[in-house]
Amino acid sequence: MQEYFLLFMGAMFVNNIVLAQYLGNCPFIGTSKESGVAVGMGGAVVFVAVMAAAITWLVQRYILLPFGLDYLQTLAFILVIASLVQFVEMFLKKMIPALYKSLGIFLPLITTNCAVMGIALICQREEMDLLTTVLFAFASGMGFMIALILLAGIREKLAVRRLPMAMRGTPIGLVLAGLMSLAFFAFKGMI
Amino acid sequence: MIITSGLTLFSIGLGAATILSVAGRLLYVKEDPRITRIEEALPGANCGGCGFPGCSGAAAAIVANKASASVCIVADAETNGVVAAIMGQEVVEREPELAMCDCTGGQRATDTFYYEGAFDCRAAHQLYGGSKSCPSGCLGFGTCVRACSFNAIHMGPDGLPVIDYDECKGCGSCVDVCPRGVIGVVGMTARLLHLNQTTDCLAPCQQKCPAQIDIPKYISQIKMGDLDGAVATIRERNPLLVICSRVCPRPCETQCRRQHVDEPVGINMLKRFVADRELRSGVRLPIPCAKDTGKKIAVIGGGPAGLSCAYFLRRLGHHPTIFDAMPELGGQTRYGIPEYRLPKADLDWEIQGILDLGISVKVNTKFGVDFTLETLKEEGFDATFLGIGAWQASGMYAEGEDLDGVMGGIEFLTAHALGQKPAIGDHVIVVGGGNTAIDAARTCIRLGAEVTLMYRRTRTEMPADMEEIVGAEEEGVQFEFLAAPARVIGDENGRATHLEYYEMELGEPDNSGRRRPVKKEGSEKRMAASLIIPAIGQKPDLSCLYEEGDEESCPLETTRWQTILANEDTFETAIPGIFTAGDVYTGPDLVVSAIGDGRKAARSIHYYITQGEIPIPDATQRDMIPHTLFKEINNVERKDRAVLSHLCHGDERNCTFNEVEGPLSEAEARAEADRCLRCGLVCYDETIDQQEYREKKNI
Ligand SMILES: Cc1cc2nc3c(=O)[nH]c(=O)nc-3n(C[C@H](O)[C@H](O)[C@H](O)COP(=O)(O)OP(=O)(O)OC[C@H]3O[C@@H](n4cnc5c(N)ncnc54)[C@H](O)[C@@H]3O)c2cc1C
Repeated sequence: MQEYFLLFMGAMFVNNIVLAQYLGNCPFIGTSKESGVAVGMGGAVVFVAVMAAAITWLVQRYILLPFGLDYLQTLAFILVIASLVQFVEMFLKKMIPALYKSLGIFLPLITTNCAVMGIALICQREEMDLLTTVLFAFASGMGFMIALILLAGIREKLAVRRLPMAMRGTPIGLVLAGLMSLAFFAFKGMI
Repeated sequence: MIITSGLTLFSIGLGAATILSVAGRLLYVKEDPRITRIEEALPGANCGGCGFPGCSGAAAAIVANKASASVCIVADAETNGVVAAIMGQEVVEREPELAMCDCTGGQRATDTFYYEGAFDCRAAHQLYGGSKSCPSGCLGFGTCVRACSFNAIHMGPDGLPVIDYDECKGCGSCVDVCPRGVIGVVGMTARLLHLNQTTDCLAPCQQKCPAQIDIPKYISQIKMGDLDGAVATIRERNPLLVICSRVCPRPCETQCRRQHVDEPVGINMLKRFVADRELRSGVRLPIPCAKDTGKKIAVIGGGPAGLSCAYFLRRLGHHPTIFDAMPELGGQTRYGIPEYRLPKADLDWEIQGILDLGISVKVNTKFGVDFTLETLKEEGFDATFLGIGAWQASGMYAEGEDLDGVMGGIEFLTAHALGQKPAIGDHVIVVGGGNTAIDAARTCIRLGAEVTLMYRRTRTEMPADMEEIVGAEEEGVQFEFLAAPARVIGDENGRATHLEYYEMELGEPDNSGRRRPVKKEGSEKRMAASLIIPAIGQKPDLSCLYEEGDEESCPLETTRWQTILANEDTFETAIPGIFTAGDVYTGPDLVVSAIGDGRKAARSIHYYITQGEIPIPDATQRDMIPHTLFKEINNVERKDRAVLSHLCHGDERNCTFNEVEGPLSEAEARAEADRCLRCGLVCYDETIDQQEYREKKNI
């Protein structure tokens, strides 16, 4: 039990996928202007990351490894994840149109989201079993979501502050991301 | 190896493609093509002002019939037309709603320049509740400016947000961020229906004005040169500005904080300045009205109360019909107030402007004779307003007062206004000390008679306005103070020849606070008179409400002053759907009160016919708000009040009915407007030197 807890906390805070591993910075800046959108985007990432990690695990275990094709890992994963995102897009459009609307152009962004890809690859590198993979992917996705919501909360407040012209918008977003990243370093020694 | 890799990737791709195509079939969403077309037509501002998530959300809502084709607040009429056409609907015009800042500024605005810390209203509000003394005023950090996505707000030189109405779309983002609630998004209807609230930023003058005119706003518009805007501001509360600017005794000026420095601001002269400018320009400013509702309302009585009620009902989109017993509208302002104070031509112009909005009129139709409450109901009126004024003269309670040669003040003025040339002879005695008495006396002087005005107290106790008394003195009216009529003496033909009167002296104060006159026994004297005009007081003539001789059959509740009883906030009488206001409700009062109450009655009627219930908010302001009344004012430079020029002078005045007082010039008006301290609840503009201010505050 304890090891799962540690895995969870580790993935969520200590090795936070954006703030500690610097993966998925593009949607992190892009969708963090409003907390509503951030929640939606975060949710989508959690969902896709879990699915992607699970499916790529199966692909790795039952297709690539048995045939000694693990050198194709990256290519195969890209293909699988891209199809998966397409699928999620269709699924959301049909089932949760409101969420689909608010994610707008950001859903396709997940296709090339290195956070999702990164999670899948880390799982393989660490040679986790399926359950651990799913849990790890979920926790990492949550880590992404937490970071995104925190940043969105701050940026919403900042939107109406008096700022030097040059700092408005993305620049201050990046500075904030940097500061948050420093803050998250405080978790480093904990596990 | 290459072949294996290729095949593997191909087969993975094939698998994924198969799954996707199956899913594509299963999860296919049939989207209404109109959504995309509407989305393309919409401006794409994604402001959220419509209440849906972005333009695509709005488009979907329109197609799903959850929103009207004109839901977009940014779109112009053309875009709305395109959207409506896609939906196969007609365009419905929507009343525009715009942001309004109700804070008037004053001292707190300067403060913000020296405030250091977070430049955010909300932060300042949370940290210190705002550093300013006023609990509801603007903090001036401009959070609303930054929140506006249309660049429609900027900070004015006085540190208050200025809204650019060409750019404002009424999306309400500024309202959301303002921690003080001084910005609101309101449309015309809501503004017309608004009653003063104790939570509003109300300068003392605005609290006092019976018509609740936004006085600081129109004065600042005059100062800025927006004279048409000033007229529009006044018309939101008072449709009779030409009349009021001439005859109003100005309750507002009694509350002006400037009087603690020098003299009150000439609020009414400023009104006169803008009103006359429109009057003389020959072009009427447009008065917007809400969309037609098709509701019919009967307005009985075309005096100030009836005109005001009909005007506001019309602007709210209803269809009032005015019924009046007299040949022309205006009530006492036409048949009581004489020409030299209010020229009939100007009165006609003003009333015509109101009727032109689309109000039907039936003159020479007397309520109680030509029609009744029942016939109105049969004709399909949705509600009735009763504003028949107070036209019955009170008697002198003196023997012989029904002789020939005795004529009530109202009766005399009405006869004169109707051009009936009542015979007055060469010496007239007017009895009474109110405005009616003075008006009758000054009219007789102009008709060439010698006039004595008899009043039972002294000059200081006279209820008439001081200017009126001075005017009468200048024109040569003789005053007989401390004299009360005892008996009218007639000749053998039954015509009055003399008035016998007592001398009086002042005794203990009565409950009105004035010293009660007591008659000196045995002091009877006589004075010869060709006409005696008692102008002691008036009361409503309610005989039109009941069958002849049977007061019990009156369907409405009345008071012992013969006025109609009604709810003091809603003005609804004992019979639902029948409303009242003006002199018939208050007893003889002022034009401006009749106008204000007429609007309140119109508001009630609007709610009554549209939703059945009449809401009266808890914070409705009725009395002056105590903490806003000051005894002294600091750091304000003295500036002289403007004086109205006299168009003709005392000695020539007694033979002409031409108007006595003239208007201000533009320069004078601006200078007068500049005297306004732009008060809020507790703040006002201190005209102190900025440098000195910094030193004083050690900044
Ligand atoms: C001589 C005089 C001077 C005044 N001077 C001033 C002044 O300087 N400043 C000021 O503010 N106020 C002044 N007033 C008071 C002011 O004129 C009134 O308070 C105001 O006109 C009241 O408006 P109202 O609409 O309630 O009634 P009114 O103006 O009296 O109007 C009532 C209307 O109802 C009509 N009517 C009456 N009975 C019937 C019926 N049975 N059927 C159909 N129609 C009917 C009348 O014809 C009239 O048009 C003065 C009043 C008088 C008499």
